[in-house]
Amino acid sequence: MNTMGRAARWPIYVCSLTALLLSAVPLPHWLDLVRPDFLLLVLIWFAVMLPRSGGLLFAWLCGLALDSFRGQILGENALAFVAVAYLAHRFHLRMRMFPLTHQSLVVFLLLAVYQFLLFWIDGVTGHPLNDWTRSLPAITGALLWPAVTGLLGRFASRA
Amino acid sequence: MSLLREPGARYAPPRVSALGLRALILIAASIGVMVVDHRQHELTAIRTALSAVAYPLQVLVQSPVAAWNWMSSSLATRSALMAENEALKTDNRDNDLRLLRLEAIEQENRRLRDLLNAAPRDAETSKVASILRVDLDPLRHRVLVDRGTSDGVTRAQAVIDSHGIFGQTSNVGLKASEVILLSDPTHAVPVQVERNGLRTIAVGTGDARRLALPYLPRNADVRVDDRLVTSGLGGVFPAGYPVGRISEVKRDPSQPLATVSAEPAAALDRAREVMLLWLHPRVPMPASEPAPPAPTPAPDKARDKPRSR
Repeated sequence: MNTMGRAARWPIYVCSLTALLLSAVPLPHWLDLVRPDFLLLVLIWFAVMLPRSGGLLFAWLCGLALDSFRGQILGENALAFVAVAYLAHRFHLRMRMFPLTHQSLVVFLLLAVYQFLLFWIDGVTGHPLNDWTRSLPAITGALLWPAVTGLLGRFASRA
Repeated sequence: MSLLREPGARYAPPRVSALGLRALILIAASIGVMVVDHRQHELTAIRTALSAVAYPLQVLVQSPVAAWNWMSSSLATRSALMAENEALKTDNRDNDLRLLRLEAIEQENRRLRDLLNAAPRDAETSKVASILRVDLDPLRHRVLVDRGTSDGVTRAQAVIDSHGIFGQTSNVGLKASEVILLSDPTHAVPVQVERNGLRTIAVGTGDARRLALPYLPRNADVRVDDRLVTSGLGGVFPAGYPVGRISEVKRDPSQPLATVSAEPAAALDRAREVMLLWLHPRVPMPASEPAPPAPTPAPDKARDKPRSR
């Protein structure tokens, strides 16, 4: 792996931009409720598989971008992204060893941490939304993880 | 906390050694940004800049929908277009007739208000904005419209559609701004029952077809099918615009407050185009009839967006 030196940066940029666009594509309401957090999935994948391509700063910037994209309080997604990216970076070697279903489970935990942080920040800033549908994106995100690994693995290996 | 002990430190170069430290710094930075954004609203310039960057992306996201709409309208059959044209002509004639009467009534109203020495109503100007088909948070009722500071849009400005009050602007970017709908759970609008002038507040419920009126006492004089209009208190919404129609009144003898719901007049989940309103306070006793000046921002302190219980 050291022979690669610095990993190419453009795959992560392309994937994050695509994920950012996917997070806003108009969908019917019921699909919108279960829309997974694409950007975070991409960030987790790169943190686990190619940890040198995007650091925490990149995750933070992605969070800020999503905040401004969605018109939320600036810093909300940024904080949650950094926290999740930190966990993913921290445990990336362990996660690589896991079988795919096990990985999905860990990803579910990471996405749940993300949703919890958002929920908590929403509560502190006075927009509490305690709807059970909030947890759905974490579940769909975890279910989508095998597809994400397959797609991104193929894409990034060509880079 | 073991900031420096990495599980893979033996064979991965120590590039990520200070990972925890960096995470802490970035989290602290996010908290700082949030506090400044939430408490002081001082990041408006940065927000505007960021949304100027985001706007082309948002346009890109909705481009397939826009292309589909364009295709379906350009492939519409001649007979459908003719029928639509006919219907619009009929509508237009009816509206013209109504407008003639309205103008006379408005003149009369102004004269009567002068006689009463009542404060004249605010003048309004409006601009049409179309809703961008971009999904924001699914649990919050917000939409993005294609007007921003470059069109003179300000924060807390009333937005209506052709049936009634739609919402108000919250975050304003250069080219696009976010509108909070009436039905957003954090939105409240001061209203009046048209029949008897009873004032209360209509609060969003998170359901686009229902508003709640939680502050009416059990014996309040409201009935199903009463029309609700804006009361003009709070300074964001002009008085007299339709807000909704009472759809349900439940009076539980053991409760001090009645459970009242209303159905919003505006097509909150269907509208494609909305109008942004600018209010211009009229000077009482004008020396000469003032032409509507350039859009002025609504007084910020009178914002009635955040609901406080």
